[in-house]
Amino acid sequence: MTTIEDTNTSQQRSKAGNMTMMNMVGALNLAMDDALRTDDSVVLLGQDIGQDEGVFRVTADLLARYGKDRVIDTPLAEGAIIGGAVGLAIYGMKPVAEMQFSGFAYQAFHQVEQHVSRFHNRTRGRYPMSMVIRMPYGGGIRAVEHHSESREAYYAHTPGLHMVMPSSPRNARALLLESIRCPDPVIFYEPKAVYRSFKEEVPEEPETMPIGKARIAREGSDISLIAWGAMVRPALEAAEDLQNSDRVSVEVVDLLSVSPMDTQTIVHSVAKTGRAAVVQEGPRNCGIGAEVIARIVEHGLMHLEAPIKRIGGYDVQFPYFARERAFLPSAERIANGLREVIAFE
Amino acid sequence: MTTMRDMTPYVVGRAVPIDPGASGQDGSSRAGCSVDSSWAVTMLRIRHFELKINELFARGEVRGTAHLCVGQEAVPTGVCAALRSDDYVSATHRGHGAAIAKGLSLYGMFSEILGRRDGYGAGRGGSQHIACMEKGFLGTNGISGGGLPVSVGAALSSKRLGLGRVAVAFFGDGVANQGAFHEALNMAGIWRLPIVFVCENNLYAMSAPVSSFVAGGSIARRAESYGMRHDSIDGNDVGQVFEASRRFVDLARSGEGPGLLECLTYRQLGHSKSDKRAYRTREEEAAWLKRDPIARERRRLDGAGIMPAADFDAMESRVVAEVASEAERALACQAADVSTLYDHVVPEAAAKTCGGITCPS
Ligand SMILES: Cc1ncc(C[n+]2csc(CCOP(=O)(O)OP(=O)(O)O)c2C)c(N)n1
Ligand SMILES: Cc1ncc(C[n+]2csc(CCOP(=O)(O)OP(=O)(O)O)c2C)c(N)n1
Ligand SMILES: [Mg+2]
Repeated sequence: MTTIEDTNTSQQRSKAGNMTMMNMVGALNLAMDDALRTDDSVVLLGQDIGQDEGVFRVTADLLARYGKDRVIDTPLAEGAIIGGAVGLAIYGMKPVAEMQFSGFAYQAFHQVEQHVSRFHNRTRGRYPMSMVIRMPYGGGIRAVEHHSESREAYYAHTPGLHMVMPSSPRNARALLLESIRCPDPVIFYEPKAVYRSFKEEVPEEPETMPIGKARIAREGSDISLIAWGAMVRPALEAAEDLQNSDRVSVEVVDLLSVSPMDTQTIVHSVAKTGRAAVVQEGPRNCGIGAEVIARIVEHGLMHLEAPIKRIGGYDVQFPYFARERAFLPSAERIANGLREVIAFE
Repeated sequence: MTTMRDMTPYVVGRAVPIDPGASGQDGSSRAGCSVDSSWAVTMLRIRHFELKINELFARGEVRGTAHLCVGQEAVPTGVCAALRSDDYVSATHRGHGAAIAKGLSLYGMFSEILGRRDGYGAGRGGSQHIACMEKGFLGTNGISGGGLPVSVGAALSSKRLGLGRVAVAFFGDGVANQGAFHEALNMAGIWRLPIVFVCENNLYAMSAPVSSFVAGGSIARRAESYGMRHDSIDGNDVGQVFEASRRFVDLARSGEGPGLLECLTYRQLGHSKSDKRAYRTREEEAAWLKRDPIARERRRLDGAGIMPAADFDAMESRVVAEVASEAERALACQAADVSTLYDHVVPEAAAKTCGGITCPS
């Protein structure tokens, strides 16, 4: 087993063995397959995850491979799914629960907030609540309100939870496997816009990645752009545009975990560039972007040469399909935001 | 003839006897209904609306997804025929039928689903967020079970304000397993509210069959725990749906408390736009196609000498034409305006000026 940390691109192939091109759906499926195969205590629970293979087919073939005692179709009852996962976790099982859309997880929010996040503390560390709650989040499929929103801030605001948001097939696989192995509860927010949007080489051998560690998705020297989840792709595009059109070198920091947040990597980048912008898909008010900026200000104010820019969703309900693009930060909107920060003297 | 019991291993709930003297108080909205073709028209409008939505998806005019109620038209039609126009209805994610039966316009609904300005939500909500309070329509709902507690509140307000209005909360069989269902029924039970919970039991919640996902074997009988009358009927027979609804609605209106009416039906299409339907057999689907509620009403009207089949077919053609022209009108309507995205969001002013950003363009 390897961790992405010990590999860099040139060594990946030899260290990680065979690589397969796959999209994020395939990569997440692979991580669950790894976990089910190697750890008998892992069980999947959710609505329509068995024969139906989940709304987005992320649990494809797992029922056939592992049987209905380990890939459990539940009734339509999010609260009891997550509450049930708490009970399973207490007695040594490792539940991986699926919510069909992040917008339906509010039906289980009471269990997450009142029990999942607190059992570790309540039992003075003896019952750490090893579970993963997976859910697709965000826009990109032109679906209605609850089916398109990004509300990671609710979870990041809750002490006792990890909040992980992968951005590509390879890191999704590594982070999901790590999340399942993690002794603490992880909310695993899957960017549905990325599910099938591109493929990447993923090692066949199980691979993990530490939770709480950001990654430099692109090196640069003039400005730091902090992004996570589905926003990483347009952020990279914007960085490329600025390089080509304005000769501005943008460093893109991909948070991967929004909680715990890797303050060091963020501040280190800002110390190098002196300027920063944050892009978030969710509404801007009290979002993760505000937390990123607070950390930069607390730990790196003296490095700043310009005010930090927030580029993001708006404080409105997610608009229906024809207006989805107006809501979602595009590479162009991000590039314009970056230009403002660069122009500041 | 096949009976409901042959169609499904699911147990049909036994009706709790209700006071027959209490029904038939209000005749305003139903006079003549059973002897004319008005139910058939409503069902046809729903059917062809849904088929048009399907076509608009195929043509790429709509994106995302939609949940169509083809095969289930008799339920909202029969239920709403028993309501006054000022009564309240909350519907599900599969709620276009309820909206049409409650009197919403095809144009407004097409516009909403197409993301146009003239939609009921100005084209910003889509299929699962169509609401029109002026018509007593509390909305289709993207959240399974979301409408039930809201309807309880609507019924409570009617009682407190002395309006004499009844609330109907449609819900799917899957929702009988949600916490909100039980909370709502209990409140309605203890306060004896004027509400009827109508279960559109189409035997599956996505891939989950009621036969193995509903403990106790009956959704209707769950009402007993909440001290509520209940019945389980053939939801593909619009006349039966109307008669049962009228009993329940009249009792609720006359202060006799809430009820739960379970209508057994079948969705002829997939759950949503992508569904391989691996959880049910093609034989089962074929058997239910024979119980199509519209074909049955067509036969009934013909047999009873109310409307010959040829006239029915001509009427259907008129409905098809109406649906097509309303869809075309909606397609010609302007798309929802992004500059209005901040309208009607609380706190509006704060949202608009937050951090000095302006509306997207
Ligand atoms: C979700 C929630 N709502 C409200 C409360 C406040 N509360 C504490 S005890 C209680 C009454 C509980 O009554 P019962 O279940 O009969 O238990 P008893 O107190 O009679 O032992 C309430 C409302 C709570 N603890 N949790
Ligand atoms: C709280 C919540 N969980 C899950 C979903 C996803 N979902 C949409 S429809 C559906 C099945 C509903 O089944 P049922 O109530 O029987 O209605 P039907 O689709 O059969 O009309 C599910 C699980 C949702 N919309 N809301
Ligand atoms: Mg159903």
